[in-house]
Amino acid sequence: MRAANEYNCGLDDRAAAYIPYTQAVPMVFSIDHEACIGCGLCEKVCLAGAVFYADAPRITELEVGAVVLATGTGVFDPSRFDTYDYANHPNVISSLEFERILSASGPYRGHLMRPYDLEEPKKIAWLQCVGSRDLSHCDNPYCSGVCCMYAVKEAVISKEHSHSGLDTAIFFMDMRTYGKDFEKYYLRAQDQGVRFIRSRVHTVEPAEGGDLRISYVDEAGQLNSEVFNLVVLSVGLEVGAESVELAKRLDIDLNKNRFVDTDCFTPVTTSRPGFYVCGTMQGPKDIPQSVMEASAAACACSSTMSELRWSVAKVKEIRSEKDISIEKPRVGVFVCRCGINIAGVVDVPAVREYSKSLPNVVYVEENLYTCSQDTQVKMAQVIEEQGINRVVVASCTPRTHEGLFQETLMNAGLNKYLFEMANIRNQDSWCHSNDKVRATAKAKDLVRMAIARASLLDPLAEKKLDIVQSGLVIGGGVAGLTAALGLAEQGFDVVLVEKEKELGGLSRRIAHTIEGKDVGEFLDGLIEEVRGNSRIELLTDARITGFSGYKGNFLTEIQAGGAPERQISHGVTILATGAREYQPKEFGYGEKPGVMTQLQLDELVTKEPATAAAWNQVVMIQCVGSRNDENPNCSRVCCQTAVKHARELKKLNPEMDILVLYRDMRMYGQLEEFYTQARREGIIFARFDLENQPVVDSNGAGLSVVFTDHVLRRPVKVVADAVVLSAATLAAQNGPLASMLKIQSSPDGFFMEAHVKLRPVDFAAEGLFLCGTAHSPKLISESISQAMAAASRAGAFLAATDQTIGGVVAQVNPELCAGCLVCVRACPYHVPQIINSVSNINEALCQGCGTCVSECPAKAITLANYSDDQIMVKVEALLEELENVM
Amino acid sequence: MSDNFEPRALAFLCNWCSYAGADLAGVSRFQYPPTIRVLRTMCSGRVEPLYITEGLKSGFDGVFVFG
Repeated sequence: MRAANEYNCGLDDRAAAYIPYTQAVPMVFSIDHEACIGCGLCEKVCLAGAVFYADAPRITELEVGAVVLATGTGVFDPSRFDTYDYANHPNVISSLEFERILSASGPYRGHLMRPYDLEEPKKIAWLQCVGSRDLSHCDNPYCSGVCCMYAVKEAVISKEHSHSGLDTAIFFMDMRTYGKDFEKYYLRAQDQGVRFIRSRVHTVEPAEGGDLRISYVDEAGQLNSEVFNLVVLSVGLEVGAESVELAKRLDIDLNKNRFVDTDCFTPVTTSRPGFYVCGTMQGPKDIPQSVMEASAAACACSSTMSELRWSVAKVKEIRSEKDISIEKPRVGVFVCRCGINIAGVVDVPAVREYSKSLPNVVYVEENLYTCSQDTQVKMAQVIEEQGINRVVVASCTPRTHEGLFQETLMNAGLNKYLFEMANIRNQDSWCHSNDKVRATAKAKDLVRMAIARASLLDPLAEKKLDIVQSGLVIGGGVAGLTAALGLAEQGFDVVLVEKEKELGGLSRRIAHTIEGKDVGEFLDGLIEEVRGNSRIELLTDARITGFSGYKGNFLTEIQAGGAPERQISHGVTILATGAREYQPKEFGYGEKPGVMTQLQLDELVTKEPATAAAWNQVVMIQCVGSRNDENPNCSRVCCQTAVKHARELKKLNPEMDILVLYRDMRMYGQLEEFYTQARREGIIFARFDLENQPVVDSNGAGLSVVFTDHVLRRPVKVVADAVVLSAATLAAQNGPLASMLKIQSSPDGFFMEAHVKLRPVDFAAEGLFLCGTAHSPKLISESISQAMAAASRAGAFLAATDQTIGGVVAQVNPELCAGCLVCVRACPYHVPQIINSVSNINEALCQGCGTCVSECPAKAITLANYSDDQIMVKVEALLEELENVM
Repeated sequence: MSDNFEPRALAFLCNWCSYAGADLAGVSRFQYPPTIRVLRTMCSGRVEPLYITEGLKSGFDGVFVFG
């Protein structure tokens, strides 16, 4: 039976028994009972007996200490808008539908086609803010935060997919590419010819041949129109009715946008104690921010339950290993049928019989499913009964099943490295299904190769190494303080190092958040908590003077105050070294009185509110030192700072005229509403281009600013009592620290995480983590999330108490080593060090790639499990019957 | 060389990328000639020049190193 494939947005169909999508975890079939006709045939035909047709939902009760809400959002349904013709026209699609079209596993197998006639479009338009920043057509006043970036990405990728120089145009209001390095991507997209049209779209109407005519008003107020082959609506994020219902049932407060209500200083804490939230259920956000919040929620949970850690964990008993050193190889071979996946193509009984004839083989059997639980139990028994000391499984791929079979070896008292697989499914039966004879011959070859290699394998020792149960946090700003507290609350000792005499970092200079919360009060509370925590040792006025060791066992030298240098050992390191405000060279800063940065304005309003209240006219200039040739990045926080301060000034003196000169107002997510309020309160926002910057002048009477109004298209001059520059947030000068810790920074000096999307708080080097503005400019709430995330990741590593090292690692024979440095240069992980004139490879750090082994001119290095013999014996085994490779 | 010449190839594949790719080819049911034999290494950096010459000396028509 077929049903609409909801994962591909209904653009194709699927069977009623189905795997929802290719990355599904667990990767198992389920039955769509709405499409199912109830024949029950699936239960009868399943060879593994895995289908329980009468299975029904069950209610299970669990006792838990905390709950995390991560239910996410759906996307806005644009069929409510008649102006875009989405409901009726097949060539008006949502961005999610377009994602599926571009996907290799999507309805068109990754070929760029439009639904109407399956023709490749030559012109595609994206319409931004559909269901976002909109109170007239829907109830979503917020910005969805992700659509600008995904539209740019879709435009760039569809150009790559196109065969005929695709024309792409994005119709937008403000281009909000505010994330780390996003601005550079936006610039690249412009270089690649993606058109960005600042406009308001009026209507989308059908044109000839399935095309669509877009009528829009440009920035100058001109009405234009253009025809496109395909129109993509960049739909926003929206909390679904089910999530609203769930929150109600759990008695968790939502805000008026239906996101979970949180405080900016406790960004993952819900209104109900013990309940935490992360991801888009908390507010619109992208993947890295969601991942950070997920770890932050984990930190919040484990902080409240650290004493219970491992209390319900069951410890697996590990059998002692049999000594096989004097035994000859006795190979046991298990050939898998994998239902019909292998046996339908490869003659499995023939492979089985053939295996019996091969050297060192003492036992062979075939299984319907070698990986099934019952076969694993039987296999362990057989290994012991038959005295097998090398095991070969001919089945699927070691990438998914090696670990499972190795565990069975361990259960049978064998070292797990005495194991080899022959991949006769993924790389044989599935790829040669039309040639059964040669697929069988290949399977025999693969098994012969595996047996030959298995015969040469040696047991490898793995060692347990204690993890020092403490952390070092570098940096005592909001992020560092939060991370230190997070680690301490999880039950670990922490040393917190701050280079200044005072704690608090850049936040010390910020009075309020945009929500109006008192930052100083929060900081004082946080510092008091840190000082009062017996697990945290605080070192101010301190410098890191030396750093060595590796994950679990770091050794750091610290010079604090006038005290003598001391050494501390710690298992993890968190970097929270913060950022700094750019000192502008532009607009007469430092020369003309009355020109100041936003931080200076903040201090002035706090200390001398009367001075600020006396101003009649204030001009703010955005992107000072950001988004230019020198610093292409967006500093993310300055738009909201300007809006925050403009509204504060307006409150001090409602008669004050405030003009904000901007390039794009990047009031992402729920910040948008403060922008809306600011405009309602009479604050004027006017746009300028990078090429046509405002000019600040001063004469005896005071300051004046000339800018080109984008509607009037002519220069406008305003006088000002103060000109406030939204100066860029730049990386702290971390060079010496970065080189001491051997961590990577981006060209602009921000630390580089291991993976921009999926590992946003880990460094590539293990045991090192980062958070706060040292990663990229961000809000206090975002710094807190990331700091909690770093504490969570670091805590998870420490919680293991010891780590396994050894196994497949490189070993140096010092007798042969000439200390030539080739391995030092070859190692992609910078592990080898020359100590006493010979190479030294730390087995705790070695990743087992073997590059040094191949490069070593003296053949002084060997890689366990992958010696020359153990690799090339397979080629020799192939040679014995090379005619098989027809 | 006859018209129906089918080259025999030896391939060294990195566990993390190309070996995974060969697995994915299977999952996607891509069909290719059964005359290729794969050796898995933990990194293509482990492949020594000698292995390649050994492969060719052994009678293979070509040796791939993917990584």
